[in-house]
Amino acid sequence: MEISFEPLGDRGVRIGFPEIISQEVNREIRAFAYALEKEEIIGIVEIVPTYVAISVYYEPKDICYRELLSRLEMIKEKLQVVELPTARLIEIPVLYGGQGGPDLNYVAEAHELTVEQVIDLHTSRPYLVYMLGFAPGFPYLGGLSEAIATPRLTNPRPKIPGGSVGIGGMQTGIYPLDAPGGWQIIGHTPVKMYDPQRAEPVFLRAGDYLQFVAIQSEVYQQIRVRVERGEYQVQIKTIKEDEQR
Amino acid sequence: MTGIRVVDPGLLTTVQDLGRIGHQREGMVVAGAMDPISLQMANILVGNPRDTASLEITLLGPKLEFTIDTVIAITGADLQPRIDGQPVPTWCGLAVKKGSILEFGGIKSGCRSYLAISGGFELAQVMGSSSTYLRGQLGGFQGRALQKGDFLPIKSPIIDPISFRPRWYFNQPVYSREKEVRVIRGPEFERFTPAGITTFYSAKYEVTSLSDRMGYRLKGPKIEKQAGSDIISDAIPFGGIQVPADGMPIILMADRQTTGGYTRIGTVISVDLPLISQSKPGDLLRFCQVSVEEAQELYLQMEKVLESLSEDRLFS
Repeated sequence: MEISFEPLGDRGVRIGFPEIISQEVNREIRAFAYALEKEEIIGIVEIVPTYVAISVYYEPKDICYRELLSRLEMIKEKLQVVELPTARLIEIPVLYGGQGGPDLNYVAEAHELTVEQVIDLHTSRPYLVYMLGFAPGFPYLGGLSEAIATPRLTNPRPKIPGGSVGIGGMQTGIYPLDAPGGWQIIGHTPVKMYDPQRAEPVFLRAGDYLQFVAIQSEVYQQIRVRVERGEYQVQIKTIKEDEQR
Repeated sequence: MTGIRVVDPGLLTTVQDLGRIGHQREGMVVAGAMDPISLQMANILVGNPRDTASLEITLLGPKLEFTIDTVIAITGADLQPRIDGQPVPTWCGLAVKKGSILEFGGIKSGCRSYLAISGGFELAQVMGSSSTYLRGQLGGFQGRALQKGDFLPIKSPIIDPISFRPRWYFNQPVYSREKEVRVIRGPEFERFTPAGITTFYSAKYEVTSLSDRMGYRLKGPKIEKQAGSDIISDAIPFGGIQVPADGMPIILMADRQTTGGYTRIGTVISVDLPLISQSKPGDLLRFCQVSVEEAQELYLQMEKVLESLSEDRLFS
């Protein structure tokens, strides 16, 4: 796979991968990021994996651009055998429809489906977290069924409550904070994707898989109370490398 | 408890350090001082570690009362500070008495001042930083800008305010209203036409009123592109310059989103970031290109100065 390096300012390097959003490119990015972290290069401050790149921020006092490039080249050479970390599958409970999902009926009508069919399709498979960005804990998910892909609203709403689960074109995702937005909102999760009060404000990571699970309003209320008390833990399973699609 | 009482908060006064580093992959905004060099200088002048959280003061300064004898320093913009009615120098350590009132007369030069207090604030860190991230309502003082009646607890000064005599005086920089800003070419440089690139490096761009901690929107001649303005969402560094469909550059600053979807024409070099942060609407910017090597050389020189001043402990 073609991998290139270029500066991102005087304290960053962008590692570029083929410009296609695909699981294949994402695997390569995760493998490179994993190899890079294992290398523990002194001077690297943080790395930001995205759809088609990894951006490496570094401290020039500890490592200069040229030196970092040669270290990255070495990792690239060794990357023949793709080794991936164990992925996590995280269950996100969602109350579909109702007040928290005002566009569920519209999405069903637009595709001539029943509401139940939309929910089944949305919960039928795990979604790969390609990257996080836009806001703390906002996941860019891949793998939405085309049968429920729905264009954004023509007039974005000024405020979508944090926890809203939506569909925007071929994408699906969760708003971690109150934000303006144009996605079709089909449900709401009581889980806080971002909570500044928590020891780990954001628990999702790029490379995780996310599975939506439909819940009823009673369970929703129970989880909500437990979230407020700080007692709720999301369900996390691990997936071995050969099971990762 | 000892601290600072906020009599009047000013336009936008927030607690900032060098930012929330290490969590951008979670989508966590870095925040931190818009002018990191001035913040570090303020800390050096009061004997603090360089990255200690201080107050970032924007255009119209606050009115603050000290409930302890301590040592402070004000750097960055010249907003004409006064203590108990008397003008005081900027870019120099100042002993203040318990009960003193600090206020600001108005903008003389620049946009953002930094107020460091010897010993720093007594504030809990969030994800390793005391920086205020306003949109995320996190960090700093209750995740927000200061308000009237707030009380910010401060630690005991690490310099004795009674015997304090500043060892160094630095000149207040004069922030010109027209600046040359050095940039490194960005990842989508080739998405622009040769004419577009020439425009970018020759025209003057005006800072508009749509400029804040998140980004500076500029206006001037349209920068022409070969292809579309959208890219697959990717990381944006501090000082990254995006050009959306309208062809007007936006410089992404401390509170920028971690990733964005517009073509990146370049990145402002680290030592020139203060030139942007100290700009106000109406100021003019002109861009010129430098290599990564040149930019890093300048950065290392600056770091060397800050490091040696910091080690020298600028107080008796």
